Amino acid sequence: MLRFLVRRFLGAVVTLFIISAVTFMLFYAVPRDPARIACGKVCTPETLELIRHNMGIADPMPTQLWNWLTGIFLGRDYPGFGNCDAPCLGYSFVNREPVLGTILDRFPTTFSLFLGSSVVFLIFGIGTGMVAALKQGKATDKLASSASLIASSMQIYFVGTLALYVLVYQWQILDQPGYTPFTDNPAQWFSGLLLPWLILALIFTANYTRMTRSQMVEQLNEDYVRTARAKGLSRQNVFFRFAWRGAMGPIVTIFGIDMGVLLGGGMITEKTFSIQGIGLLAVKSAGNNDLPMLLGVMVITASFVVICNILVDACYALIDPRIRLA
Amino acid sequence: MSSTTPLLDVSGLTKHFPIKGGFPIRRTVGHVQAVDGLDFQVGEGESLGLVGESGCGKSTTGRLITRLLEPTAGKVSYQGKDITHANRKQLAPIRSEIQMIFQDPYASLNPRQTVGKIVSGPMEINNVNPAGGREKRVRELLEIVGLNPEHYNRFPHEFSGGQRQRIGVARALALEPKLIVADEPVSALDVSIQAQVVNLLQKVQQELGIAFVFIAHDLAVVRHFSQRVAVMYLGKIVEIADRDDLYGNPRHPYTRALLSAVPEATVDETPARDRIRLQGDVPSPINPPSGCRFRTRCWKATEKCATEAPPLVQVEGNKPGHLTACHYPETAEAVPAARLSKDPEPAI
Amino acid sequence: MTSTDQQPFLSIKDLKVHFSTEDGTVKAVDGLSFDLVRGRTLGIVGESGSGKSVTNLTILGLHNPDSTKVEGSITLDGEELNGASERKLEKLRGNKMSMIFQDALTSLSPYHTIGKQIGETYRKHTGCSKKAARDRAIEMLRRVGIPQPEVRVDDYPHQFSGGMRQRAMIAMALVCDPELLIADEPTTALDVTVQAQIMDLLKDLQKEFGTAIIFITHDLGVIADIADEVLVMYGGRCVERGTKKEVLRDPQHPYTWGLLSSMPSLDHPVDVPLNPIPGSPPSLLNPPSGCRFHPRCTFAEKVDGGLCSSERPLLELVDGRGSACHLTAEQRGEYFSDLAGSAAN
Repeated sequence: MLRFLVRRFLGAVVTLFIISAVTFMLFYAVPRDPARIACGKVCTPETLELIRHNMGIADPMPTQLWNWLTGIFLGRDYPGFGNCDAPCLGYSFVNREPVLGTILDRFPTTFSLFLGSSVVFLIFGIGTGMVAALKQGKATDKLASSASLIASSMQIYFVGTLALYVLVYQWQILDQPGYTPFTDNPAQWFSGLLLPWLILALIFTANYTRMTRSQMVEQLNEDYVRTARAKGLSRQNVFFRFAWRGAMGPIVTIFGIDMGVLLGGGMITEKTFSIQGIGLLAVKSAGNNDLPMLLGVMVITASFVVICNILVDACYALIDPRIRLA
Repeated sequence: MSSTTPLLDVSGLTKHFPIKGGFPIRRTVGHVQAVDGLDFQVGEGESLGLVGESGCGKSTTGRLITRLLEPTAGKVSYQGKDITHANRKQLAPIRSEIQMIFQDPYASLNPRQTVGKIVSGPMEINNVNPAGGREKRVRELLEIVGLNPEHYNRFPHEFSGGQRQRIGVARALALEPKLIVADEPVSALDVSIQAQVVNLLQKVQQELGIAFVFIAHDLAVVRHFSQRVAVMYLGKIVEIADRDDLYGNPRHPYTRALLSAVPEATVDETPARDRIRLQGDVPSPINPPSGCRFRTRCWKATEKCATEAPPLVQVEGNKPGHLTACHYPETAEAVPAARLSKDPEPAI
Repeated sequence: MTSTDQQPFLSIKDLKVHFSTEDGTVKAVDGLSFDLVRGRTLGIVGESGSGKSVTNLTILGLHNPDSTKVEGSITLDGEELNGASERKLEKLRGNKMSMIFQDALTSLSPYHTIGKQIGETYRKHTGCSKKAARDRAIEMLRRVGIPQPEVRVDDYPHQFSGGMRQRAMIAMALVCDPELLIADEPTTALDVTVQAQIMDLLKDLQKEFGTAIIFITHDLGVIADIADEVLVMYGGRCVERGTKKEVLRDPQHPYTWGLLSSMPSLDHPVDVPLNPIPGSPPSLLNPPSGCRFHPRCTFAEKVDGGLCSSERPLLELVDGRGSACHLTAEQRGEYFSDLAGSAAN
């Protein structure tokens, strides 16, 4: 297991390097000049050149990439703008501060959103799916299946806005969505994020319901489940100890993929409920031509996804003894 | 078959699949020795049977001959031409002459294509335009394999297992091949259907003069279909001979054990025929036993068997063409009488 | 093993198993009766769709109760099983009656160790401690010939070879000393040399424990090796019954005859083509009228009045021997000996 984690971690570093290099090159191809914007109205070619130099965008691309990479470990200095201590993921010329600080400020918000909605959709999605599989072909199953079909065709900006209007403004059952750090006030943290959690989870719940149901149904048809019944084990025992064990693997895998989607899908949720998370930051930076910030967001999100995937693979090996990590 | 160059000539054929592992950088840490130094020939219109238990490398051999797999070492010659490492382009003209029939008639036919499309597929790919058009040819082929030509526009799921295997045979015949590699073509079929397909293949072989490499684990089916039979164990041929010699006078202990393990639908008055029960399982091909690979399960094994791999040769008492790889070959007297005498009592 | 004075241990009377599917009702088993005494082996022969596996899943009550209609009676040691409560069946399964399946790799849970899977059955039925269950598992593994059982008990099924998996499966089925063992094609997926080992093992264990065995297979060679009595199934019905010797030596039903003559044997003359049964097994959704074999039967036209396609032939047993066919005994003697003659030359 340790060997596996070490190897995968090394692999992750390479993956992240490739991701950042590719992103870097893409941005390089964008014909926009942040120096000209920073230069202002009275701008001589000399000042422009100096600003470019200070921004570090006068060098050829490979040098820029190298400087960016070494910056992560050594920190960088942007004369005329400010200091960027290690680990430096770049400097936002729009905000006039290192990008990492801004991203880290916002990370707990997005992470809270991600965590809460994951808990909601895993509990409800898997629960409903299991009930549907247990009551296969009966009314409960049909109800759960059609409900999940309807829910999965919903869009966050539509349901979210509707729920916001009805539940918060009209009926005033729920608090106005917003982020309060957990450490400041856990109750407020919870009540502020409850509606976004529920809305973001809605779509995923439906997916997990359907997936759990189909996985369970498939597992229940497996030969070894039949053998377990032939040994005299009860239906419930077989359902939870045998079939569920087999269904868990694929669900964990999909959850690993969904983590990435969640960080991105959080963008729409954050926008709908005006929560200042990383998704909203990325949208704003794209609008502002804040390429260093975008790059920083990209690298942080990618790292998160890569780490999650390593954990998922490790979990998979714990679930299924046939998978050997080597 | 000895006068001219054989249709297929295989020498030293070897396939080792690498096993990846190691830390921190993955590298090849060992090999699965699936096939290890095979020598055999198949003459024009001849049928060679490859028998052995699972993991003996018989299917891999089939895939090597058809070049679905690239051999690790050795040589495959088709009509005297070396095709061991031939590329796609060089293989193109030969591909139409060597065809394959697979075990699973359900999985090897595209469910979204009609029978006509499936059977004419090889003609399309190889751009063959028979006189009278492809459709006419497909209908002829369906007729040959005993299907109704009117079923041209039907889909595979409308057919039973045996009929699907017939479609597979028709597809293999589409390009008028000279050699067909049939990998367990009847083992997925019901008993009553197996005979239909075996008879069909036999008819095809005899009437169209097609050579066969017939891969199967069922010794009785192989005996019925193949003029020459090679017995494989752990990637090596342990015995190869004409049918009557192999079944009537098995010299390798493994061949004999295999034959004695075949359950037969006969009720013997004298119980307990001379049964040989092999102990244990086939060892792993990753780390096969030294010397003779069968020695770990052989009742005759000695020191010599562990140190010296027996060559595949015509051991004393064998007829020409009967090769056995054993230091201590079986003698004819020890063979169960029932196997030699033609007709002590009716088969059934 | 004299069986005449023994009460049947398992008795099946006019069993009908019908599934409802979207396309209609599948008559998987259609009026099947047989008895089995302790210590004997009944071989059930049939092809895919003959209803042989369904029959045995129904005996254990493992059919889907929502879509399956079971009629007739199944009595095990005097107890009626058809319609018995799930609780009662759970107590019997794995305990008094158990089952071995064809593919041991898929039939054993990949997520639990071999020892756990064997011990769990024992614990369920004896309520013993975990330690005792583990010891019992080791003992059973040793009994079925697994080397180093105290080490292998903690292995997962994928770490076993095919033959060893089937041995482990047998150990699991026999852990509670069942009186009825149903073996559903237990050797079909195995190589011949391993198949021979497994059949020897089953025979030894039967001698030791006096278990009644139902052995399902499509291979008449296996039947010849292991069975005392044979039941041939076709299209959900029994077409022939008798002792092994009677059925294999002197088959009375054209289907049995066809099976025997279509099988290549090591003694079959090589230049004579095999004698296959024409056509394919019937669809049980819409089975043929009358005798279900008649569309494939070469003798159907020899029976007067189109009886074969209009009337179901009844299985009449004399001393447990008989077949369900409209041919008269003289006709059978004549046609079968003709064919036997032509096959031998």
